[in-house]
Amino acid sequence: MSDHTIGVSVNGERYEREVEGRKLLVHFLRDDLDLTGTHVGCDTGNCGACTVLLDGRAVKSCMLLAVQADGADLTTVEGLAPDGELNTLQRAFSEHHGLQCGYCTPGMLLSATYLLAQNPKPTEEEIRRGIQGNICRCTGYVNIVRAITAASGQ
Amino acid sequence: MLLSELEYARPESVEDAVKLLSREDARALAGGQSLVNVMKTRVASPELVVDLNRIDGLRGIRAVDGALEIGAMTTYSAIVESAEVAAARPILAEVARTIADVQVRNRGTIGGNVCSNDPTNHFPPLAAALGAELTIAGSDGERTVGAEEFFEGVYLTAVKPGELLTSVRIPAKGGARDGWASVTLGKEGTGIVNVAATVSNGTARIAIGCVAATPVVVTASADETAVADAVRAAELDPPGDVHASAEYRRHLAEVLAARAVGSAT
Repeated sequence: MSDHTIGVSVNGERYEREVEGRKLLVHFLRDDLDLTGTHVGCDTGNCGACTVLLDGRAVKSCMLLAVQADGADLTTVEGLAPDGELNTLQRAFSEHHGLQCGYCTPGMLLSATYLLAQNPKPTEEEIRRGIQGNICRCTGYVNIVRAITAASGQ
Repeated sequence: MLLSELEYARPESVEDAVKLLSREDARALAGGQSLVNVMKTRVASPELVVDLNRIDGLRGIRAVDGALEIGAMTTYSAIVESAEVAAARPILAEVARTIADVQVRNRGTIGGNVCSNDPTNHFPPLAAALGAELTIAGSDGERTVGAEEFFEGVYLTAVKPGELLTSVRIPAKGGARDGWASVTLGKEGTGIVNVAATVSNGTARIAIGCVAATPVVVTASADETAVADAVRAAELDPPGDVHASAEYRRHLAEVLAARAVGSAT
């Protein structure tokens, strides 16, 4: 019905694409750019599996239209290890077995990245608040909290 | 989820937005943290989505003689992080900080919160307790309404088709003390009952959310018994659901009103 040309920078790379007005950002990333690290979880804005950074801020990409990201800088989980080498946070998740079923991991990593950018030495309480938007069906999140603590050098 | 087909417009001025919104099938898109989800379920299927995110004049917080002028498109995160809010009316930041989660706070806006007027939203009772004034732009210019006139019903406000909320004015605190108390589904989840209160010269102005279509405003002398009595006298008729019976919500309204007044600072 209405197509729009949008230009976005994703993980430092420029893309220009035609998108329908109704396309959600998460589908644009996955289907149009083939960046399938960003997951569709609940698709209702609750689970945070689709979290990406939009101009440096953590957002849920299932609650944004792709066309709204026109001109924005995006970071997805693929951008955390551009050369295929895990970054400090990812290594900490690996070392501390920081996963539940694993489906939430990309979103957890982006929320943790955002948290540490805002607050480099968070307390446990602050970490738990920071990943509040990524709580899915599992429980505990103990190892994820440990991994983020370790990544912050504490 | 694939949304219904839609037309997307991104005006850069309030005038252009108002023109677009005069179309009957148009909806304003603020932070999108509610609207996009209801579009997924087809509860709303606007043919024209008017994205307000590029109207610079709708963002920002200004302190004017102790009062705050908050642009409708100001995000919860901006309110949480604002030095002006911290100095003038910190309750706004304290409450905004408990809305949903950080991703939602990075997109969701004060204007979207009051205009959607879901009875469980945080800002309607807070705006009502603090005596907020809301400015609405239309094709004939601007008008300003008080919070009590603004909230008209469930999902209904004084903002009519072809109109747009532009700013929320929060009066100067003066010597008042502000408080908030709520019981939620899970920590900082959806409100079962929300109460905002402001205490000035020994009188508490209390606004109760989640118990009626619009915030219920009660005034009482600022002591616990008087507050609980005044809430009881309001004869609330709240909804009951799987989370809380009507009776329990009535009980919470009394307890939380006393707590909001008692903890006001």
